[in-house]
Amino acid sequence: MREVLEGSQAVARTVARCRPGVVCAYPISPQTHIVEALSAMARTGELADCEYVNVESEFSAMSVSIGASAAGSRAYTATASQGLLYMAEAVFNAAGMGLPIVMTVANRAIGAPINIWNDHSDAMALRDSGWLQLYAADNQEAADLHVIAFAAAEELEIPAMVCMDGFVLTHATDVLELPTAAQIDAFLPRFAPRQALDIDHPTTIGTMAGPESFTETKYLQHRRFLDAAGVLAAWSERFHEAFGREAGGLVSRYTPDTLDRARDAAPADDGDVTVIAMGSVLGTLQAALPALRAEGVPVRLVGIGSYRPFPAEALRAALGGSRHVVVIDRALELGSGGVLTGDVGRALAGTRSRVHSVVAGLGGRPILEESLRAVVRRAHAGQLGPLELLDLKEGGVPVPHEGATEVHR
Amino acid sequence: MSVVHIPFLQTGTLAVGGRLLSEDERSLQSQADRPSSLTKGHRACQGCAEALAARWVMDTAVEASGGRLIVANATGCLEVFSTLYPESAWKPPWIHSLFANAAAVATGIASALHAQGRDDVRVLAQGGDGGTVDIGLAAVSGMFERNDDVLYVCYDNQGYMNTGVQRSSATPAAARTATTPAVGRSPGQAFGQGKSMVKIAMAHEIPYVASATPADLRDLEAKVRTAMAMHGARYLHVLVPCPVGWGSESSQSIALARAAVQSGIFPVIEARAGELTEVQRIRERADVEEYLRPQARFAHLFKPGGDDALARWRALAEANIRRYDLLGERS
Amino acid sequence: MRQIRIHGRGGQGVVTAAEMLARAGFLAGHEVQAIPSFGSERTGAPVVSYCRFDDAPLRTREPVLVPDVVLVQDPTLLATGGVFAGLATGGLVIVDTTTSAVEVREAAGAQEVEATVVTIPATSITLRHLGRPKPAAAMLAAYAASAGDVTLDAVTQVFRERFPGAVGEANAAAADEAFAFVREELTGSTESETDAAALEAREV
Repeated sequence: MREVLEGSQAVARTVARCRPGVVCAYPISPQTHIVEALSAMARTGELADCEYVNVESEFSAMSVSIGASAAGSRAYTATASQGLLYMAEAVFNAAGMGLPIVMTVANRAIGAPINIWNDHSDAMALRDSGWLQLYAADNQEAADLHVIAFAAAEELEIPAMVCMDGFVLTHATDVLELPTAAQIDAFLPRFAPRQALDIDHPTTIGTMAGPESFTETKYLQHRRFLDAAGVLAAWSERFHEAFGREAGGLVSRYTPDTLDRARDAAPADDGDVTVIAMGSVLGTLQAALPALRAEGVPVRLVGIGSYRPFPAEALRAALGGSRHVVVIDRALELGSGGVLTGDVGRALAGTRSRVHSVVAGLGGRPILEESLRAVVRRAHAGQLGPLELLDLKEGGVPVPHEGATEVHR
Repeated sequence: MSVVHIPFLQTGTLAVGGRLLSEDERSLQSQADRPSSLTKGHRACQGCAEALAARWVMDTAVEASGGRLIVANATGCLEVFSTLYPESAWKPPWIHSLFANAAAVATGIASALHAQGRDDVRVLAQGGDGGTVDIGLAAVSGMFERNDDVLYVCYDNQGYMNTGVQRSSATPAAARTATTPAVGRSPGQAFGQGKSMVKIAMAHEIPYVASATPADLRDLEAKVRTAMAMHGARYLHVLVPCPVGWGSESSQSIALARAAVQSGIFPVIEARAGELTEVQRIRERADVEEYLRPQARFAHLFKPGGDDALARWRALAEANIRRYDLLGERS
Repeated sequence: MRQIRIHGRGGQGVVTAAEMLARAGFLAGHEVQAIPSFGSERTGAPVVSYCRFDDAPLRTREPVLVPDVVLVQDPTLLATGGVFAGLATGGLVIVDTTTSAVEVREAAGAQEVEATVVTIPATSITLRHLGRPKPAAAMLAAYAASAGDVTLDAVTQVFRERFPGAVGEANAAAADEAFAFVREELTGSTESETDAAALEAREV
């Protein structure tokens, strides 16, 4: 059933239909609407056989999730920004212990200066925490990704973050079609961990590993992570078969002229300028780029669906021989460039592609279609440098002008 | 014929083995089939009272739960000496996650068990004073406030012994640690710092709070049994002398724990819903010197200039004796 | 595509108004999107939200820069500037006020802007029916009366669904009255500027 829903509501309902055993909550904007909705469902019974735990910090939210997952229950929590950093130690710990917790990250900037608005700095800061990081292009995918995340995380025994742009998606209302509880029951296997805290089969979890075994432990974790790309792709394929729509996947491709998402879209050509992006800016690019094609600029679009594992092979395949690659990056590696750009650059090492980093939308700065078209035009004309901050106001204190930046209020 | 003098206390109600008592009056630890939850082969130091207390506490909890106990452990000595991969000295299902989160991990386990309909399985969390009184306090307080069905046990050795004996907020006044050296005008830990985790726990008005020491096995076992017979958040604070951190003979750990109680320095109490319900009276009063002198961390108190600190220690003991009526003068 | 911007103050239900407009638009058969402004939640602070209708699914996440329609839930915002900013040529501005279109233009310094200004005492109407200054339903009814791509029934339906019972009914009653008020304003001889033909032409 197609319905009009706020992104956070869509995620909350979908998570509830995945039947978590324990949901942990600590408020931080912009993820609060998700856990608020789940708290209501826990009380009305829509979220059945589930313990909803209000904790005193994000650190405890992740720690409770660790305990719940280790005890054999499907565990879910949500956070953002400072909250993700506050729980960072436990985030790494969950991955190290192979606990397939699913967590929504409503992506938000990191202070100082404090800023509640969207960018990808929070999840990027934990890119090496050993979690899967899946990015939603829109609210439909944000909801759907949670189903895939539970399935893939539990198969891999690797926890998964579902990243959705804070406010831009969490607070936006769209026309969506949620998977029903029955559909998810049929799609998502029961959580049956190989190892759990079980009085009938006592085990010790979380031992100390010394220099003689730590490297091997990390190597095994690495090997498991190498399996993740295939497992994620397979679950997205199954999702497509079951639900008839695209969700997840490693890399999303788009048709050249209509910018429709299409798995069988041809790779880019040598002469194309290919824009790589992740998250909700993909939608804005879909809307912005057809006009450029009409102008005669040979632009193509490729989306990153899985940031961890980073889909180097699938990305190279989608890029074809594209010489000019423009990465729209929502996080800045100080002194270097976009964070995503670094991963793209590593994936394209040895190819003839030239990578341009365009850092955009930091701290909630709206990303405008015309600004995106302008950088692509310049890339096509050979005028775009290796790093640019989109719509950077130079020469003084930035003063919001009318219109575009009203969302800054 | 040589005569071995056996004081009554060594064979009476305070005795560890209690084998002179009738079978049904004996402590669990005197039973041949005790669970030995923390079993042999661990790497605790000689004379570690934490290892002793942890085994006694957990054995009692395992027995009280009918063998249905899951344990969450904070980072610290207890975790490090018991679970160096690929070995484990723990018999019950046991998890270690982080330093500061044992209480929250335990909440997660308890929540999962409840969601699974396994309310017959009980949850115990444990950590040292660092993981409880300092870095883990927020999680412990959160677990108390929610009244989660967890028994939390703090083994208080009064410092960060695992990292080389640094000061914690449970380190007593004047004690020398690696970060409160016994030099300068007021050597050691400053007076007036520190905090009473027992009082903090009581302030949450949780169903049960108790303190105990390994000097009184029966009392310790009884308190664990009492706690395990209840539901909701429960807290047990156990003083565990540490030969390495305290600079004491490894043979003296139990004697030191007893001296702490008998001098009035460590009140042994029970509280229910925030109200003090039981106080263990001092049986044979000891001077604080009996507690302090065997510990090298207090050596400076017995050197020229140490009188003032010693006097303040006596005042601390007097204050406890008055506050808790440890000599039974009011009743 | 139809793009709508809603101005108001924190506590007036500006974000809810955009969402409800999207819901009503969906009932009317459009693809819809509602985007709130993203600020800290403070009562009384100026708030902006956006809504889009289109025939095809909406992809862009850009805030509305060139609104076809602007709804103003608090006339004190007119003087702050920005209400007419970016308004599409010949656009529609609906203002919750007891004053006239001429006074609205004066307050906003927009005497020369090529636009249709409709005034509606939405808060007064809502206070009578609901007893609280939450004029969203009345404003959306005014939108339905003047823009044509959403029906009054759709507006009342979404409020009844969101607020079952007395609150929904009060909102629906306020919407009915506001709709009638604007219809009379547009066809009668009130002070509002009307150019029904221009508006019809802008319908999606």
